Amino acid sequence: MSEQEYTPKSKAGKWFNDRLPLLTLGAHLTDYPTPKNLNYWWTFGGILTFCLITQIVTGIVLAMHYVAHADLAFASVEHIMRDVNYGWLIRYIHSNGASMFFLAVYIHIFRSLFYGSYKSPREVIWIIGLMIYLLMMAAAFMGYVLPWGQMSFWGATVITNLFSAIPLVGDSITTWLWGAYSVDNPTLNRFFSLHYLIPFLILGLVVLHIWALHVPGNNNPVGIDIKKPSKDTVPFHPYITIKDAFALLVFMIIFAGFVFFTPNVLGHSDNYIPANPLVTPAHIVPEWYLLPFYAILRSVPDKLGGVILMFSAIFILFVLPWLDTSKVRSAVFRPIYRQFFWILVIDVLMLGYVGAMPAEGIYLVLARVGTIYYFLHFIVVMPVVGYLEKTDPIPMSISEPVLTGGTEPSLARKVNDKV
Amino acid sequence: MSKEEKKVNRRDFIFTASYTVGAVGIGAVIWPMIDQMNPDKAQQALATTEVDISSIEPGKSITVLWRGKPIFIKKRTSEEIAEARAVKLDDLPDPQKDEDRVKEGKDEWLVMLGVCTHLGCVPLKDKGDFNGWFCPCHGSHYDVSGRIRKGPAPTNMEIPKFEFVDSNTIKIG
Repeated sequence: MSEQEYTPKSKAGKWFNDRLPLLTLGAHLTDYPTPKNLNYWWTFGGILTFCLITQIVTGIVLAMHYVAHADLAFASVEHIMRDVNYGWLIRYIHSNGASMFFLAVYIHIFRSLFYGSYKSPREVIWIIGLMIYLLMMAAAFMGYVLPWGQMSFWGATVITNLFSAIPLVGDSITTWLWGAYSVDNPTLNRFFSLHYLIPFLILGLVVLHIWALHVPGNNNPVGIDIKKPSKDTVPFHPYITIKDAFALLVFMIIFAGFVFFTPNVLGHSDNYIPANPLVTPAHIVPEWYLLPFYAILRSVPDKLGGVILMFSAIFILFVLPWLDTSKVRSAVFRPIYRQFFWILVIDVLMLGYVGAMPAEGIYLVLARVGTIYYFLHFIVVMPVVGYLEKTDPIPMSISEPVLTGGTEPSLARKVNDKV
Repeated sequence: MSKEEKKVNRRDFIFTASYTVGAVGIGAVIWPMIDQMNPDKAQQALATTEVDISSIEPGKSITVLWRGKPIFIKKRTSEEIAEARAVKLDDLPDPQKDEDRVKEGKDEWLVMLGVCTHLGCVPLKDKGDFNGWFCPCHGSHYDVSGRIRKGPAPTNMEIPKFEFVDSNTIKIG
């Protein structure tokens, strides 16, 4: 990176920095050269950091009042809502915070898909990001179990039963996960323990995610390699921090809108009924952010097959950098891929919609079509389009199309040039 | 590289032995950490339940809790038994005779785990296309013998271990 050696101005600072170069790290983060053309889709990294910290802080506070026992959990959540000072606010921030976290992470992921941020040399950033996403899903699922309502209980039952599809050892694994012969108090207890652990694992991975990002530097909307620092870059602070801060404020307005005006709209009313192991609610649906995967699970008329396909839908993303054969990163210069990208967006939204509907009739047909397209997109479209597509000319530098004022780059490079 | 270093020497032996002992040691520590998550003594102690079945009318059923799971106990009418036995085994995804799902001589009593074999929901009674149970979660239909007929569930509803203590009491587990 920029990297002339940083020396603290004060004597004390120099003394400390020689022993632990924290100030050097701070200077690196402040001066970190960032592409000057980053748009608002790039602000979600900062927003996600905010979400994680919000969940950790509100979660620690909630844990001071919550009781992880099957007989007491439901009542303790109501106690938080009614008796604890500002308990309602803290719990609503935490429960809606999970949804906002996923909203932001989905935008972040699709931004990466559009601008090719997962491609060389950023594969490791992408893979760490997916690991964070997996942990987020685990944390969200276990957190949803903690209030011990009907949806908590039956959601936990359905999800843990996914593992019973594994041949031979499936039943032993589910019993082991439960610590009982059904979802019961031991299950709740351990889910609470793990729910508290996972955010800190995520925090560790976030550090690695950012570290891995700072090695090659940010991708950018035109997706070309840039020299750092150069006239194509600006220092992270204050240019990017102020842009991130503005986006964060807008995001917080939406967040607050949910918390204060419709705090339960994203939840399910059945979760205000205490867990009852004898009665399954008529419609079990997961939280909205898991619906596309739920639709994939239900689209297969075979138990093991459904489970395998659902997990494949996530794990296929891990090999995405090697499925995409295109040399051009940004979809801005990929006229064919760009259209498939939007088809994928619509496909995932549709899967989410049918995941919330009963698995019958037209919804089942749509779920199957959506599932098939989802996999075709990654297995067929990405390699083939990347190979056949005639991409638009890409600019030599970020400054060039900006400074010449036109969208047509004057010194366009051919695709076949080394990118 | 001298010739000596290519042969297995004492140092290689020490490395291999150390790794092996280390692996065994780690395994010995990890196993208790894993096994502590299995059902504990208190959970295992709940393994049997006795149920009084004297008040169940023919055609009716009750649901009791055993190991945290619902058990359906149904006293079937002779028509229902006849219906269950008239089904051809070829029509069943998980072929099993009705006779094999009840105790001999107690053919009216169907005692089974009221848990859908798909993803563990509790099926609703007297619903579905086969006059038996229907699971609302993902649409599995079971017949009057609790056998899977249609939908994503892979197997029939499970028959737990149970016995008749006397004509009015059964012991599950």
